Amino acid sequence: MSTEALVFDAIRTPRGKGKANGSLHATKPVDLVVGLMHETLARNAQLDANNVDDVVLGCVSPIGDQGADIAKTAAIKAGLPNTVAGVQLNRFCASGLEAVNTAAQKVASGLGDDLILAGGVESMSRVPMGSDGGAWAMDPETNFETSFVPQGIGADLIATLEGWTRDDVDAFAVRSQERAAAAEDAGYFKDSVIPVKDLNDQVVLDHDEFIRRGTTAENLGKLKPSFAMMGEMGGFDDVALQKYHWVEKIDHVHHAGNSSGIVDGASLLLIGNETAAERNGLKPKARILATAVSGADPTIMLTAPGPASKKALAKAGLKAEDLDLVEINEAFAAVAMRLIKDLDIDPEITNVNGGAIAMGHPLGATGGMILGTLIDELHRRGKKYGLATLCVGGGMGIATVVEAL
Amino acid sequence: MSFTNTIRWEPLEGGVVNLVLDDPNQSANTMNADFMQSLTATVERLEAEKDQITGVVISSAKKTFFAGGDLNDLKQVTKENVHELTAGTEKLKADLRRLETLGKPVVSIINGAALGGGLEIALATHRRIVVDSPKIQIGLPEVSLGLLPGAGGVVRTVRLLGITNALMQVLLQGQRHRPGKAQEIGLVDELVASPDDLLPAALKWIAENPEAVQPYDVKGYKIPGGTPSTPKLAANLPAFPANLRKQLKGANMPAPKNIMSAAVEGAQVDVDSALKIEGRYFVDLVTGQVAKNMIQAFFFDLQAVNGSRGRDKDRQPWKSEKVVVLGAGMMGAAIAYVCAKAGIEVVLKDVSQEAADRGKGYSEKLVAKGVERGKVTQEKGDALLARITATDDPSKAQDADLVIEAVFEDPKVKAQVFAEIEPFLKPDAVLGSNTSTLPITGLAEGVSRPEDFIGLHFFSPVDKMPLLEIIKGEKTSDDVLSKSLDLAKQIAKTPIVVNDSRGFFTSRVIGTFVNEGIAFLAEGVPPMTIERASSKAGYPAPVLQLTDELNMELMVKIRKATKEALEAEGQEIPHHAAFDVIDKMIEAGRPGRLRGAGFYEYDENGKRTGIWKGLSELFPVQTPEAGIDPVTVPLTDLVERMLFAEAIETVKCLDEGVLETVSDANIGSIFGIGFPAWTGGVLQYINGYTPEGADEATGPAGFVARARELAAKYGERFEPPASLVAKAEAGEVYSDTALAAA
Repeated sequence: MSTEALVFDAIRTPRGKGKANGSLHATKPVDLVVGLMHETLARNAQLDANNVDDVVLGCVSPIGDQGADIAKTAAIKAGLPNTVAGVQLNRFCASGLEAVNTAAQKVASGLGDDLILAGGVESMSRVPMGSDGGAWAMDPETNFETSFVPQGIGADLIATLEGWTRDDVDAFAVRSQERAAAAEDAGYFKDSVIPVKDLNDQVVLDHDEFIRRGTTAENLGKLKPSFAMMGEMGGFDDVALQKYHWVEKIDHVHHAGNSSGIVDGASLLLIGNETAAERNGLKPKARILATAVSGADPTIMLTAPGPASKKALAKAGLKAEDLDLVEINEAFAAVAMRLIKDLDIDPEITNVNGGAIAMGHPLGATGGMILGTLIDELHRRGKKYGLATLCVGGGMGIATVVEAL
Repeated sequence: MSFTNTIRWEPLEGGVVNLVLDDPNQSANTMNADFMQSLTATVERLEAEKDQITGVVISSAKKTFFAGGDLNDLKQVTKENVHELTAGTEKLKADLRRLETLGKPVVSIINGAALGGGLEIALATHRRIVVDSPKIQIGLPEVSLGLLPGAGGVVRTVRLLGITNALMQVLLQGQRHRPGKAQEIGLVDELVASPDDLLPAALKWIAENPEAVQPYDVKGYKIPGGTPSTPKLAANLPAFPANLRKQLKGANMPAPKNIMSAAVEGAQVDVDSALKIEGRYFVDLVTGQVAKNMIQAFFFDLQAVNGSRGRDKDRQPWKSEKVVVLGAGMMGAAIAYVCAKAGIEVVLKDVSQEAADRGKGYSEKLVAKGVERGKVTQEKGDALLARITATDDPSKAQDADLVIEAVFEDPKVKAQVFAEIEPFLKPDAVLGSNTSTLPITGLAEGVSRPEDFIGLHFFSPVDKMPLLEIIKGEKTSDDVLSKSLDLAKQIAKTPIVVNDSRGFFTSRVIGTFVNEGIAFLAEGVPPMTIERASSKAGYPAPVLQLTDELNMELMVKIRKATKEALEAEGQEIPHHAAFDVIDKMIEAGRPGRLRGAGFYEYDENGKRTGIWKGLSELFPVQTPEAGIDPVTVPLTDLVERMLFAEAIETVKCLDEGVLETVSDANIGSIFGIGFPAWTGGVLQYINGYTPEGADEATGPAGFVARARELAAKYGERFEPPASLVAKAEAGEVYSDTALAAA
């Protein structure tokens, strides 16, 4: 019986700006996934597609172009054998990592599947965030009773509670841009970012196009806070402060330049157990040591990466100080800063190649992307232990601990 | 089953049936059991005789069209009645649905107020024609009683006006509209000049629309402004409940939330399902404690305090013709305005002409504002101002039948101003004092006719605050009390009557709330937590903000006066932790807003800019870092300490005979000193006390248990008085019938 979950490969599309003028807007989300499926099979030539049991994909707005189980749809369109199943899941921003973790648990359980394609997809330019409605925000009774507020308000509240000023969060954002640009220039992403091509085999996009080189604290300082108006006119500040009653007012420090970018993209990892490794002659890149989800107050919403990470680390038998690298999704600068504080880790091992502030956060795809980035960088540095974590809607947090092999 | 028919069937020419709403047992039509059965019988007959009918006109034989739900019935229902209540409302709504889907035109002709249930009946007809009279009110005010319009009012206004308009213009505030405004909104269809024009207009419409159906029963009908699946509405929808929460500040007011929920959920389904959803939210409210509290206060208690109160019903009400207001400060100036507005000639007297003129300036400002906003005509405004004579000359008081003294709170000064004015008054003039704290019996010794002396305690701002606290001194005559009650009616104030004591009822009780709130600071509670706890309790102004307005210097003055008076009687003033906080604040030079510095900071225009930065140094705060997770720590203790402090002090007022009725306590506390409306008033709060998280009220027994808990934790001031313990043990509640029997 197998007990290990191994990562054999981890690739992703480049991230295109999530707007009509973004490079990936004219590419359907299903094709983003199909392209990665073909590439996975191509670069793992020894792999027999008949041995793939399932496709697990995260997608946060699974309607329209992304509806009707895009995982199985992509598997069929990619020409995978009919025996390859597919399931789409949604754990908000954690969907991609949840897909990986689910796949890991499946293959490690020994109960069924041995080899799974896992990751996620989100074309935010085509299916805008929030377009799937949902009771939490849209049903007045649910919204009222659960003190719903949009995430940005929560991020600003975290900064307010921690006493982080606009300068503090802007400085974090500048670092993210600098690190992402440096990593790209050094070619660190080259092996894992797979160009998106059109049906005539022309390259549509081959690099993360969201990075803004030369971003400085000074030009970030000119941006208007994104959530001040919504907090005031929408009543959300008051909702949050009825819970955080000791806080006089929320300091709205986040804006487009220190929050994650809206982008299109997909990620795909090949996950399996030793049986799958032997049967297909696959060489593992990493071992998944532990996975965890957790939760904290849903109104502030974004503080659970800490609890989830601690839970996963405990399961892995590790301490925060054992970690060589950490990837925390930069949904908002304060979220990443809060995790660094909660785990008491060195900022210099955190998001070393930049994060979603620089490169964007294609909701359902992101978890798979940052886990891939983490494994690549552990290898490049010859290091061992890494943690990937994200804040999640509803106050949830998710974490995955890996060991590079 | 036998019942009294309340809907008369009167055939008109041309096959039209006139249904006349006319309950023979009541002066107004209500949705009582008789009406429900009459409606069923009527609808059945309409359906049976449909082929001979060309149309239906619904009219009323009463002064009002229809008064709405029967509050006596609604007050009784409990969670045990959920099943029958649900069945009852569903039956009513099914009957109204049958009426609007009869296939024949049905027209409501509205000759008087159509509020609540009355408007709901009219909404279930195809056309509403109203007499264009300013006396007629149209609206769904259920929310003000903690209810929602449960006879289709939510469903039909949403379908006709759209979600946003129905919520904002009709449902959430319960506005009472004049016919013109009601037509503008879309609540009614047609206005006519006089009652005689109603029937012809109805018959004309019936003739022109032989196959009327409701617009929302036409295939393809779209709700104006859309539903949650319409992107434009969807984009704003998440902010609807958030703004409601912002507005309610966490107070225990379930009705607006239920209304909003029923409106939005109902818009997503068909009419019949929407009616079912509306019914669930209605039953939830009507079986809950808050609606009971609010019905008790805003219907029954309000009726009692505004009633005859022992005055002979046949007696001609007294009317003041000329009043002297002594002192043209803030209170005097505003009292002058209120009296002049009621048509009374006013002499506004102060020590100098300049001060008196300044006082009249207050009225001038209010009139100018009213004219600007179209609330009053220039002519009426000018006439109001002409009735006010500002003067420093006591002889201008010649032949006045009423004095309202509003000078500095010093018995000597008060005696002086009365002595100066008395010679000019009518021999039986009412001698009223607007003192808020000084005992009336003592002040009465300063005048020549103590039996005509009475406390007339107004609340600031006088033109907005509805209460008049009337205080009887030891010698105050019944006749002067009657006149004072008549005065209240004349100047459109709601009176409560109390007996003499330091601080009477209102000032004495509000003091306990304010002290409790201030004392939290000394315990290390963060200032904003204190403010939000008082808002969550339902108080209209957060307690530290209120304290700044009330002015701590004044509070110290009152404390000193009380201390001296008590010491004269050989007693000591009980120490309160708030005193130390107040003293420290005064020492820090921060007595309140008047001086531009209190718990808050103020800009040069007196606008609050934020909590004073130095406050946390003066009163170090216990922070979340001190080991508590503030998100999960309930504010219940803070909330209940403020409410309990006032309730317990009120029981003492009853014990000491300061209060004579429960309704005075309830109305006085809500209208005068901002006791939260959801409680139904300070004694109803005890009656309906519901522990945090409990499904049902535990009443006085639960209150006593909790008071003892608070006493053990926070001090003996929370120890329940013996009379309250006895009441709890006897399983009784505070009610005026019980008091009368005792």
